[in-house]
Amino acid sequence: MTEFIAPDIAWAQLTPILLVLGAAVVGVLVEAFVPRRARRPVQLTITLAALAGAVVAVAALWGGVADTGGTDVLLGSVVVDGPTLVLQGTIAVLALLAVLVIADRTATGEDAFAPQGAATPGSGYEEAARAAGLQQTEVYPLVLFATGGMLIFPATGDLLTLFVALEVLSLPLYLLTGLARRRRLLSQEASMKYFLLGAFASALLLFGIALLYGFSGSLRYADIATAVRADTGMDALLLVGALLVLVGLLFKVGAVPFHSWTPDAYQGAPTPITGFMAACTKVAAFGALVRLFYVVLPDLRWDLEPMMWTVAIATMAVGTVVALVQTDVKRVLAYSSVAHAGFVLTGVVALTQSGITAVLFYLLAYGAATVGAFGIVSLVRERGAVRAAGGRVTSGAASGGVPHVEGATATSGAAVATAVEVRADADDTDGEGAEPGEPEGPVLGEATHLSQWAGLGRTNPVLAGTFVLFLLSFAGIPLTAGFTGKFAVFTAAVEGGAWPLAVVGVVASAAAAFFYVRIIVLMFFTSPQGGPQQPVTAGSPDVADESGADAGARAPRAGTVVVASQGFALVAIGACALITIALGVVPGPVLDAIASVAQLIP
Amino acid sequence: MSSPALATTVLSPDVPWLTLLVVWPLVAAAVLWALPGGTTPDGYSTGARRWSRQVALGAALVEVLLGVAALLAFDTLAAGTHQLLETHAWIPQLGVSYALGVDGVGLALVLLSVVLVPLVVLAAWREQDSGKVPTDRLRHYLALVLVLTTFMVAVFAARDVFLFYVLFEAMLIPVYFMIGGFGGPRRRYAAVKFLLFSLAGGLIMLAGVIGLYLQGPGGEQGFLTENLIGTDMSTGVERWLFLAFFVAFAVKAPMFPVHTWLPDAAEQAPAGTSTLLVGVLDKVGTFGMLTLCLPLFPEASRWAAPVIVVLALISIFYGALLAIGQQDMFRLVAYTSVSHFGFIVLGIFAFASTSIAGSSFYMVNHGLSTGGLFLLVGFLVARRGSARIEDFGGLQKVTPVLAGVFLVTGLSALSLPGLSTFVSEFLVIVGTFPVWEAAAVIAAVAVVLAAIYVLWTYQRVFTGPVRDDLATTPDIGARERWVIGPLIAIMLVLGFYPAPALRLVDEPARTTVSQVGVEAPPADMPMLDPEEGSDR
Repeated sequence: MTEFIAPDIAWAQLTPILLVLGAAVVGVLVEAFVPRRARRPVQLTITLAALAGAVVAVAALWGGVADTGGTDVLLGSVVVDGPTLVLQGTIAVLALLAVLVIADRTATGEDAFAPQGAATPGSGYEEAARAAGLQQTEVYPLVLFATGGMLIFPATGDLLTLFVALEVLSLPLYLLTGLARRRRLLSQEASMKYFLLGAFASALLLFGIALLYGFSGSLRYADIATAVRADTGMDALLLVGALLVLVGLLFKVGAVPFHSWTPDAYQGAPTPITGFMAACTKVAAFGALVRLFYVVLPDLRWDLEPMMWTVAIATMAVGTVVALVQTDVKRVLAYSSVAHAGFVLTGVVALTQSGITAVLFYLLAYGAATVGAFGIVSLVRERGAVRAAGGRVTSGAASGGVPHVEGATATSGAAVATAVEVRADADDTDGEGAEPGEPEGPVLGEATHLSQWAGLGRTNPVLAGTFVLFLLSFAGIPLTAGFTGKFAVFTAAVEGGAWPLAVVGVVASAAAAFFYVRIIVLMFFTSPQGGPQQPVTAGSPDVADESGADAGARAPRAGTVVVASQGFALVAIGACALITIALGVVPGPVLDAIASVAQLIP
Repeated sequence: MSSPALATTVLSPDVPWLTLLVVWPLVAAAVLWALPGGTTPDGYSTGARRWSRQVALGAALVEVLLGVAALLAFDTLAAGTHQLLETHAWIPQLGVSYALGVDGVGLALVLLSVVLVPLVVLAAWREQDSGKVPTDRLRHYLALVLVLTTFMVAVFAARDVFLFYVLFEAMLIPVYFMIGGFGGPRRRYAAVKFLLFSLAGGLIMLAGVIGLYLQGPGGEQGFLTENLIGTDMSTGVERWLFLAFFVAFAVKAPMFPVHTWLPDAAEQAPAGTSTLLVGVLDKVGTFGMLTLCLPLFPEASRWAAPVIVVLALISIFYGALLAIGQQDMFRLVAYTSVSHFGFIVLGIFAFASTSIAGSSFYMVNHGLSTGGLFLLVGFLVARRGSARIEDFGGLQKVTPVLAGVFLVTGLSALSLPGLSTFVSEFLVIVGTFPVWEAAAVIAAVAVVLAAIYVLWTYQRVFTGPVRDDLATTPDIGARERWVIGPLIAIMLVLGFYPAPALRLVDEPARTTVSQVGVEAPPADMPMLDPEEGSDR
């Protein structure tokens, strides 16, 4: 027994994971050795190349897996089969798009991240770092590490790898959440909450793993599945263990009642990170959940069904209802992502072959719309009061759309080339024609309060129109990807006998349509900035207002601007819009491709 | 078809006329949006965008020609079968096909749609009447009208339940923007109410669509209507699925008690939007009942018929009574539509070939007369800046032509003999009588109410002493004549010579009756409690 037998490892199967994790390590070295000036281009190149390489690697592995059905790698720790490749491809594509949004410094010349993550908010040290014009580049390796964890997560073949992958993807996300440039206290609070609740969920998962190990004597999915079938008389151990593991995963997908971190983390995190987190984490976590549910626990179906049904129904209901009263666009999207987790769950619990296809398709559709939507949120900014012009506050009515900035201060830095200020005039649809030369305040953080989005459709029809497209996809309107996904998921649920879930899903979709439509109304049919009719703020408590957190960063609201992208974010948003339309109008090829490999191997 | 050679080569049924009809307006809309040019500070178009109205009108007229071509390629002798068929796989994994095809009823409604569109474009010509140059808003509006045309044509031609559902939902989006972006002061409220009502109905239907597919034969063409007709299912399932479909169609139609979105939408929307909304879109509801509910769920249709007939009767009276009480003319016309839709639904659920043919013909006529009324009210609003009846009076001395066309169109709405609506209403009542005797008698009484709401409105708006502030009101102009003229011409022609139209709808009606499988008319109308309801 002392002889060590070197395992035979099919490294080629791991190419996507190795590429991304390797690039992440290189990224750390770049931080250490490359001069500051050159870091951003180098990091960006490495990151984009690694993610694109991962996409290519997935495509290269596709043919083999389609033929053989898939293989175990690393002694069964990682399983490379059809669903794995689909999920890895989805994650890599979405991460690539999200990185484009992350990389965009916009016309203000600033990215979304704090200049010095370690600086105390409001301290002189922070101000010095800001004045020195420092910009983060550690973000890129962190994103790559998280992506690497996500690529492993849905491919795990044993419980220990599941746990390790979970931590690899989570830890960088906790960190990234706390790095917002604006509203830093809110961001750090979000990070803290996310970390504490995440640690709690990890502990539950680990405890569940221990119990399952005690039940079956193995960590491998295949062995546990055999033990489940064998009926060893330790059902209590099995059930509690399975429940705890499921809870750990349901936390990551943000299902009710394990969702409470979602709105805070989504709101506090830098918006590009929110998009990354909302899209990619959910894909990865659902991938792991599907594998666990379909490979390990199908024989527990009757025992787990009441819990999973309850969770799915509660997730759809709570996500939808709570989203109805939100006043912050990031929180609306956060709760809508909770509701979407519920829709995906209806497909997961269907336990049919078409359920896997439906879930995989839904995740792609949802992810594309999410990255795009948060990309747009990151471009809509608020404009502060003018400090240079003797404390005079420009209001939307006082200054018209001026195509260039004159009163830029230290924080805004560069000129905002094509920013057009939203005007208070309701029926005047054009943004030009006012006398030039009025000073304008600095461009601040994102204008996330819904009332600040009023009239955006009149001043920036294309941007607002694209946002509408994403909202319609979330709402599941036909000819968008979201509809195809919803249809596939509900059909699978009915087929699998879970028709009450499909009915609840349909009702929740109808209710959810209300708050998506409300945003459309606000953007297209409402006058900007606090007119007499404000359907959003009326009567609903301002849950999102964090005035106590750091009031200093929030200058008086003087207007909403759309900052020009450097191009990266526009490419990402455009790609997301294309995916959303293509998957809605001609979903056939993608559905076909997924269905042809949607076979989990134990 | 004077030249047989031309007819066989160009007007062949093998040409994908329906796809052309569907794609052409979409292309035109894209062209409108892509027109180069800019906007002046006060919102007027510059550059090529100044020609947006002409482009839209030209496209709409070409669409009419395409519609005529489809009619010529259609074999009216076999109107009961679907023709001009096109079937392509769309999402075979989900059993969805891109399948188009029309029977006589579908074709009639497609023609109604394409005929109304150029009139709506023309009516919107000077939406903001302050110059020869169109505003940029008008360009967006016209493009939305064209996008809507695509969906309208496609939904009447869809032969695939999934495709039908997709179009049914997708067409809400352009209408939503047409109401919310271009309407009156409370347009936001009206647009959202419209969208949420329709969306809720649609999602209920989605549940039905999924359920129906799983009951059906499945496979790559599992959603084709002809594959689903005759599906064997248990009574309970059939009734649930029927209800899911029916509720969506009742909202759309709109029937009492789910009609409350219509008056708001019609009041706030521009006249052209209301014309398409009530004249065409609402027909999707009754069209769906006729072509999906009855053939797919025959047993459940017979089961539900008594209740639906009662609801239809309530709609007829409720709509007519509320119309009499309205001050806003847009709301008035909207409520008359609720009444008319009651007639259409009554005819459909009488399951007699006469009444169903009458209902099918009624759908077309209602589009003409109600569409005409909306457009005429739009003319009045353009003159007075108000749609309230009390703001008018004695106009017939100042604007005799406008008064005349209003009277003719209004008489058409009350089904005066000689106008096309009379034929259809007569057929509905005659066809219903042997089946639901009492219902037919009650419905006939409603014609009196129709006379009140039409003639009393005419009296208050057009007769009496001329109000001082209206003394210089201009009479109907050349452009407006071209808007209303074609409608009145069609109404008169079909009123005196309805045979061609009836040939289109007669055979489909027989087919439907055989699909529902009614052997003999039910003996007596069961006693049911008519539900009392109130409007908001």
